[in-house]
Amino acid sequence: MSTAKHAEFHHAHHFDSAEHQYDASKQGIWLFLVTEILMFGALFVGYTIYHSLYPEVFHAGSHHLSVPMGAFNTVVLLFSSFTMALGIHYVQVDKKKEAVIALVITVLCALTFMVVKYFEYTAKIHHGLLPGKFFTNTEMPEIKNLAMFFGFYFVMTGIHGSHVLIGAGLIIWVMIKVIKGELNSSYYTPLEGVGLFWHVVDLIWIYLFPLLYLVG
Amino acid sequence: MSTATASHTDNYLNHEKGIWSWLTTIDHKRIGIMYFFAIMSFFLLGGIFALLVRIELFTPGQTLGFVTPDIYNRMMTYHGAIMVFMVIVPGIPAIFGNFILPIQLGAKDVAFPRLNLASWYIFMSGAAIAAFSLFTQKVDTGWTFYTPYSISNSVSNGVIMLVMGAFVMGFSSILTGLNFIVTTHKLRAPGMTMNRIPLMVWALYATSIIQVLATPVLAITLLLLVAERTLGVGIFDPTLGGDPVLFQHFFWFYSHPAVYIMILPAMGVISELVATFSRKIIFGYTAIAYSSLAIAAVSFLVWGHHMFVSGQSEFAGVLFSFITMLVGVPTAIKLFNWISTMYKGSVRLDAPMLFAIGFMFLFTIGGLTGVFLASTGMDVHFHDTYFVVAHFHYVMVGGTLMAVMGAIIYWFPKVTGKMTSDLLGRISWVFIFTGFNVTFFPQFILGSMGMPRRYYDYLPEFTSLNQISTIGSWLIGTGFLIGLAAVIHGLIAGKVAGDNPWGGKTLEWTIPSPPTHENFEKTPTVTGGPYEYR
Repeated sequence: MSTAKHAEFHHAHHFDSAEHQYDASKQGIWLFLVTEILMFGALFVGYTIYHSLYPEVFHAGSHHLSVPMGAFNTVVLLFSSFTMALGIHYVQVDKKKEAVIALVITVLCALTFMVVKYFEYTAKIHHGLLPGKFFTNTEMPEIKNLAMFFGFYFVMTGIHGSHVLIGAGLIIWVMIKVIKGELNSSYYTPLEGVGLFWHVVDLIWIYLFPLLYLVG
Repeated sequence: MSTATASHTDNYLNHEKGIWSWLTTIDHKRIGIMYFFAIMSFFLLGGIFALLVRIELFTPGQTLGFVTPDIYNRMMTYHGAIMVFMVIVPGIPAIFGNFILPIQLGAKDVAFPRLNLASWYIFMSGAAIAAFSLFTQKVDTGWTFYTPYSISNSVSNGVIMLVMGAFVMGFSSILTGLNFIVTTHKLRAPGMTMNRIPLMVWALYATSIIQVLATPVLAITLLLLVAERTLGVGIFDPTLGGDPVLFQHFFWFYSHPAVYIMILPAMGVISELVATFSRKIIFGYTAIAYSSLAIAAVSFLVWGHHMFVSGQSEFAGVLFSFITMLVGVPTAIKLFNWISTMYKGSVRLDAPMLFAIGFMFLFTIGGLTGVFLASTGMDVHFHDTYFVVAHFHYVMVGGTLMAVMGAIIYWFPKVTGKMTSDLLGRISWVFIFTGFNVTFFPQFILGSMGMPRRYYDYLPEFTSLNQISTIGSWLIGTGFLIGLAAVIHGLIAGKVAGDNPWGGKTLEWTIPSPPTHENFEKTPTVTGGPYEYR
C-alpha cells in the first residue's frame, strides 16, 4: 500500500503528516469492525446453543429456506466485494471513470441482494413462517418451537440486511466524493474504510448462509 | 492561529465564544467539560432517587406518602440505571479521559475529534431517551432487565425505551473507547514510549479495550430483548423454548467487565494522586500498568459468578469462583504499590490525597467482601441480600466516586486556572467518607442477617440498622453538596492557580492553566518516565 503520495493532502492539525492520519484512521476502522463481529458473535453463540438443544427444529426450519436463493445472494455479495476492491484500486491509480463504474456495480449488487431477500421474506410471510408470536404455520405440528428457528432467521438476516443497506448508503456517499474529485490517489481514506466495512458485511453473510441454509 | 495561541491570555475557554461554539466544538477539553455538566446532572438525579429509596426504607412498611411498592420499584430501577449507564460507566473516561488523556500523551487532540463530538451527542440522545422513559413509562425491572420478568406482559413497554436508551449510550461508549485506543497508539509525543505513558493513560487504555470488546455484546443482548418483546422471537422466553438464563449469560458477559470499566479509570486517577502527593517516584510503574491490562483480560472470564444460584453446572461454579478470586491478584498489586509509594514519601494531605486514601480504604473493604461473594458456598447465603448491595456500593461508589471527587479537585486548577478551597474539599471528604461507612457498613450486617435486596418492606428487627443507613445517606448527600459548593466557590472566588499548583510531573502540568486551544505550542519531547521525583 503506497501512502507516500499522501503528502499533497492537507492533514488535520493534530497529526504529523497525512500518512500518520491515514494510519490512525485505518486503526480506528479496524477496531470498529471488531465490534461489529463481536455483536454478531453473540448471535452466533445463541444460535449454536439452541441448535445443539433442538437439532430437529433447526433441521426442519432450514428446509423451508431456499438454498438456491441464498447461494445466489452469496455469489452476489462475493462479487460485490470484488468490485469494491476494484473501485478502491482504480481510485488509487486515479482512474475515476472505472472507479465509479466499479462502485455502481457494487451498489447494484447490494440492491440485488435486498431484492432477493424481499422475495425470500415474502415467501416466509406467506407461509406464516414468522418469528415467535407471529408464527402461524401449521404444516408440521409435531415439531415444537419451530418458531424459534425463524426468530433467529429473521433477527440475524434482518440485522445483516440493515448492514447491507447502511453499506450501500456509505458506498453511494464515497462514490459522490469520487465523482466530485474529493477522493483520489492522494487521499482515499473514507473509501478504504467503507470498503473494509463492506467486506465485513460480506464476511458475516458467508457465515450466515451455511449456518441458516445448509447446516440446519 | 499560531499568532493567536502565542498570546498568554488566549486559552481553550475564550478561544471561541458563545453557546454555539461549545455545541459544535471538536476540542477534546471542551467536550470533556460538556460531559462533566451532563454527567453531574444525571448524578444529581440518580442521587435524589437514592435518597428517596433510603428514606422509604427508614421504617418498615410505607414511610413516604407517595411511595407505593410500585413506585419504589421504579425509583430503585431508575436509581440503578441512571447511576450505572449515565454516571459511573461514562464518568471518568468521558470527563477526565477526554480532558487529560491527549495532554498527558503530548497530543493536540484525540485521534478523531469529530467522532468525539459525535459520541457526546450520541450519549445525550441515549440519555434523553432513557430520561424520557423515566417520566412517561413505568419500568420496574431493575437496571439488569432480567428475563423472563422483563419480557412478560406485566411489565410496561417502557422497558423497550429504557433499553434502547442504554443501547444508544453503548455506542457512545464504544466510540470513546475506540478513540482513546487509537490516540494512545498513534498520537504519543516523541520519546513517549508505551513504558513512559502516565498510569492514568494506562488505566484508560485498559478500560477502552473492555469498552470496545464487551459493549457490542450488550448491544446485541439489548436488541434481542427488544426483539423478544416486540416479535416474541423465543430466545429468552421459556414458553417458546428459549432460556431466560441465556440472557443473564449475555448480560453479564458485558456487565461484569463493565464493573472494571467503572473502576479501572478510578485506579488510574488514584495512581496520579498518590504519585503527586507523595513526592516520590511511583513504586512498581510497570506492575501497576500491566495489572490494568491483567484486570481487563480476567474481567471477561468471570461473569458466571453472578449466576451461582441460576442453575449453571457445579463445575462452572467452581471454575468461575476460582477465576473471580484471580482478579484480586492484579488489584492487590496496585494497592500494595500505592502504599509502597506512600511509604517514606513526603505525603501531603491535600483534599485530593484524602480522597485517594479514602478510595484505598473503601475499595479494600469492597474488594475483600468480593472474595466472600466469589466463594460459591458463601454466595448461596449472601445472594441477593443487602450484603451484595453493600459490596458493590463500596466498590463502585466508595471506589469510583471517591476517585471522581479527587479528580475534580486535582485537575480543577488545570481546567479553570483557579484553585478550589482546600478547607471545603476536606470537609466534603469528611462527610462523604463518614457518611459512606455509616450508610453501607450496616448493610453488610443486614445482608448477613438475611435482609433481601430490592424489597420495599422489611421485618421489624432490621429497623435500627436501616435507620442508621438512611442517616448515613444524608451525610453523603451533604458531602457532595459541599463538594459542589467547593467547585462553585472555586469558580467565583478561587485563587489563581498557576501552571503547576500540586507539583505534578506529568505533561499536563507543563502547559498553562487553562491550557491553550492546541495544548502545546511546540510538541514536547519526552526523555524520562512520568513520575521522576526522587
